[in-house]
Formats: sequence, C-alpha cells, structure tokens
Amino acid sequence: MLQEQELKTFVEGTTHYFEVAAQQPATVGSPYLVTEGIPTVHEYTGVISISGRREGIVYFTAPKAMLTVLLMKMQENDFSHENMRDLVGEVANTISGNARRDFGNDFVISVPSVLTGERSDPPVIPGARSFVIPINWRSHSAKLVVSLK
Amino acid sequence: MSAANGGAANGARRAFRLLIVDDSNVMRRRIERSQQLEDLEVVGAAANGVEALELFARTRPDLVTMDLTMPQMDGIECIEKLVGLNPEVRILVISALADKATAIDAMEKGANGFLNKPFTDRQLNDAIAELIRGR
Repeated sequence: MLQEQELKTFVEGTTHYFEVAAQQPATVGSPYLVTEGIPTVHEYTGVISISGRREGIVYFTAPKAMLTVLLMKMQENDFSHENMRDLVGEVANTISGNARRDFGNDFVISVPSVLTGERSDPPVIPGARSFVIPINWRSHSAKLVVSLK
Repeated sequence: MSAANGGAANGARRAFRLLIVDDSNVMRRRIERSQQLEDLEVVGAAANGVEALELFARTRPDLVTMDLTMPQMDGIECIEKLVGLNPEVRILVISALADKATAIDAMEKGANGFLNKPFTDRQLNDAIAELIRGR
C-alpha cells in the first residue's frame, strides 16, 4: 500500500517534469484511490513495471492533443504515432526514475511499454491498490496512475 | 592538448565528435537539437548499448551522452565496455534515475558527468561544455 509520503514523491515528480521539460507548470489535482474497476486511460499510455523492494506499475496516460503540444514545446516537429508512443513512455520513465531519489536504487524500473487506444487495459497488479494523480496542463488532462504493493 | 585543436599541424580546429545513446527517439533528437556548442559534431545516435558499441567502433567519438535504462544492454554495462575500448572517451550520463547510488555506480564505471532528466537546454549545454573542458 502506498504511503502518503510516497504518493507525494510522484506528485512532485509530475510537477517537476512539466516545469522543466515543458517549461510550463502543470496543475496536479488531489490524488484519489480507485475503489472499483481500473482507471480509464487516454489515447496513449506509457507503462513502467516496478520490481525490487516494491512491486507494481506506474503509468502515465495522455491524449494525443496534449502529447502534440508537449512535443512542440520540446521544439520537436515530428508528430508521428511512433513519436507519440515514444514520448508517453519517456514521461512515465522519467517520473518513475526520478522517484528513486526517495525510494532508493532497489526501486527497479523497467523500460517503458506503451498501450495505444482508449480501450486498452493496463496490467492489473493483484493485491495492489491504484492511486490516480490527475494532471491538468494548459487545456489538457492526463493521469499518472501508481499501483504498488 | 585539447581535442579542439587536435594537434593539427595547420592549426585548423577539429570538432569534438559526439555519440548520443538513448532508447527514446524524442530524447535523441532533443539532445541533438539542443547542443549549441561550437566545435561539436554529432556523429551518431544509438537506441541501446549494443547499437552504441557498433557505432562507437565505426565513428570513434570523443564524447558520449548515455542513457541508463535501455533494452538489450543498459547504460552501465555499455559505459564499462566503451571505457575498455577507449579510456580517453568522455561520457555524460543523461538519465531519469535520480538516486545517488546509481550516479556513483556510473562514475565508478567510467562516466565523467551525470545529468538528470528532465533537463533544460541550458543544463544540457552546460553539462556538455563541462565534459569538453575535462578533456
């Protein structure tokens, strides 16, 4: 089960990502626990598997429009499907990797896997509860979902 | 003697040769676009450690930016191999892994600098400039 301080690590990591990479802060809403079913996803979802001291997944899910603007802010002019997949995985990787500052190096992160489509189902970790961190950036909404045992 | 003058008899300046290693295409392109230093030529971009070793042998870079979490061969293993091939190469790790133990491990394997993702263009340029100054 995720502790409040651990959740704060991911909230701060998300805020930091948008401040630095997108040069524009995101507003992060109050995290909430998913009590029923699994959180819905947007068009692109970058999934990081966690192993070591903790077990579970962290995923960042965002609509194509948000990723397009993020790429623009990075001076990227290739808005292909492949680059969208690449970026959503990189955001998930960066936020998860940054969490090792607090979790330590036995918080082992995988390379990203990417799901596309709003009907895709992220992996479910038995025995882990999912916390959703809502992210609002410019006019777009995304989510970071943390599901750790 | 610095690589910038390369000891060329005619005094012509030689560009530092940079190899970019990152499994993200967006990051590879971002690093390539961001570098605004004179005397810096990007000679290749690799998506994992295996590709990096191949490109390293072919392009003989002076400097390498190295991601750590990559498929096939991770950055730490790749750093060790690159330094084994050329102990003079200067390596800047650019990674999301933000714990001190990882940074220490990378430096002990032969990296010369460590930059955490996410980064600004200025932070990247400063880190590469620092890498060049160390040569």
